[in-house]
Amino acid sequence: MLVHSRPARWAVWAAFAAVFLPVFALPFLVIVAASFATGWSGALPSGATLAHYRDAARGDALDALVTSLLTALAASASALAVGTWSALAVQALRTRARRLGRAVDTLFMLPVAVPSVVVGLSLLVAFSRPPLLLNGTPTIVVLAHAVLVTAFAHQSVTAALSRLDPVYEQAAASLGASPAHVLRRVKLPLLLPSLSAAAGLCFALSMGELSATMMLYPPDWLPLPVTVFAATDRGSLFSGAALAVVLMGATLIVLTAVSRIRTRASYR
Amino acid sequence: MSGITFENVTVAYGRTVVLDALDLTVRPGEVMALLGPSGSGKTTALRAVAGFVQPASGRVLIGDRDVTALPPHRRGVGMVVQQYALFPHMRVDANVAFGLKARKAPRAGIAARVAEALEMTGMTAYARRYPRELSGGQQQRVAIARALAVRPDVLLLDEPLSALDARLRSGMLAELARLHRELPDVSMLYVTHDQVEALTLADRVAVMDSARLQDCGTPHDLYRRPRSEFTASFVGDANLLPVTVTEGGADFAGTRLDVPPAGDVAPGASATLCVRPHLLALGAGPNTLRGTLTELQWRGATHRLCVDVAGHRVKADVRELREAPPLGAEVALHFAGEDAVLLPTGVARG
Ligand SMILES: Nc1ncnc2c1ncn2[C@@H]1O[C@H](COP(=O)(O)OP(=O)(O)OP(=O)(O)O)[C@@H](O)[C@H]1O
Ligand SMILES: [Mg+2]
Repeated sequence: MLVHSRPARWAVWAAFAAVFLPVFALPFLVIVAASFATGWSGALPSGATLAHYRDAARGDALDALVTSLLTALAASASALAVGTWSALAVQALRTRARRLGRAVDTLFMLPVAVPSVVVGLSLLVAFSRPPLLLNGTPTIVVLAHAVLVTAFAHQSVTAALSRLDPVYEQAAASLGASPAHVLRRVKLPLLLPSLSAAAGLCFALSMGELSATMMLYPPDWLPLPVTVFAATDRGSLFSGAALAVVLMGATLIVLTAVSRIRTRASYR
Repeated sequence: MSGITFENVTVAYGRTVVLDALDLTVRPGEVMALLGPSGSGKTTALRAVAGFVQPASGRVLIGDRDVTALPPHRRGVGMVVQQYALFPHMRVDANVAFGLKARKAPRAGIAARVAEALEMTGMTAYARRYPRELSGGQQQRVAIARALAVRPDVLLLDEPLSALDARLRSGMLAELARLHRELPDVSMLYVTHDQVEALTLADRVAVMDSARLQDCGTPHDLYRRPRSEFTASFVGDANLLPVTVTEGGADFAGTRLDVPPAGDVAPGASATLCVRPHLLALGAGPNTLRGTLTELQWRGATHRLCVDVAGHRVKADVRELREAPPLGAEVALHFAGEDAVLLPTGVARG
């Protein structure tokens, strides 16, 4: 903290609370409160029940959670693999074909720049005809999520690679390690903290993805955000809130686990 | 057992030439120091041997193998750099074993070789530590052990001691000398900008300046008989006096000096006379320079005198004086003719 006098520090904290609480914390608190409620009294939810959670823990809701987790897992794993690979490729191209490298960088920016509805639509158009008929399969949802989050994986791994001091690779190469050996034993382990951060980010983004999913999901593959949306859309605000809390909780648990790996990796 | 040969090696970044037609041979088992000011291309020369820069022209040979086109991992050189570059995610023993595993050495032999390398560098007790748990000097020992474990023919060292403090540095310098005695077959190319390191450790010293090799010889030769102004001033301290060459001597500001002739400067030409400060003595003698004392520094065992001789600053280091002359006094300095060297006047001093 750059502020040293005690009153000034209090003032900073007060200002922080005044901005942070209403904007960031209160909506979450209201959602959590609503998920236990049976009705509204004035501005606040009232009544206390666990019924919404009981509903959320079985049947369609549970399926939706599993669907979301599987989708996010598959999407973030493939995004991490593709993003890491492309970042490494761009780095290798930098010395030989700078232009091509920059083109690949731009290509991976596209899904960030283009609205996700458009990404959804384009996948729908592209894969609605044989031989590439994916429309109506879970694969197209996973694919859409992967396309959307690979950009983030690519960017975070690129940033991490540019921070990685080349002396380690060079030391390894001078000791006789082939490029593949250097990648496996030196580069990837040193990148592990950034890789796990990228994986966490991709996972969280995929867990919350709604707009492209809405255009693509088949009836047997309903991710949780779609269920939340459907619940609130038909007016079941409280069960929607419970589902939303489940979504947040599941994402947070996974993120915490991933950041555990990260602290372990960077402590070494 | 193999040496290193640079054949006309030129390296350029874009249009800037950072290594200009380097011709240099490190003989098998020799320690060659590459000495020069910052930016003179020393690291670049080393990286050309390791394979991290590609020469624009010329060849690099290790032994009689042309390695110019080989990728770094096929060159079989050991390398130690200033920042140690130990793998932070591996313990000391894994760091040292890295090269052996990468080269697919038989599993059974690895442990023994690691132990041997750690023993040689005195790091056996630290085998299970992570690099961040070691001091700078210990990390550098591990880096040396790691490079030696693969038993390279050629060891490249890029300012390995410059991140260490002065006392540790002299200790490590002695250790490196000992290592070289234990491994007489390993040729070493030792980059440094510290002349003490170069003079202590090296069998021969190559002096570089502005991308070019200026001089190459044994430390003693370079010190006693430098061939250029640059070498004279970079290796040790030197008085460089502008003189006119005469038959059998030289003329400095009207004073005739009796110094041995140099091959490449003809009588009548201007040249530079190099005299080491500690070879000047107080009082009149065979070659006497007279002037006014402008500075006097007591340095413990010696006194440093700066004398203004006809507008030129002449430095002399003499044994501590009982009674030092006062500033502004007229003093005479003399030197033996054979202690001075006539040099061609440098066009541009680096
Ligand atoms: N990657 C690079 N791109 C462009 N120029 C470079 C690069 N690496 C080095 N140079 C330039 O090459 C010249 C020689 O560099 P080099 O590292 O060989 O110097 P050095 O003698 O090792 O100096 P120091 O004692 O400071 O380490 C310098 O002028 C430097 O700016
Ligand atoms: Mg250097």
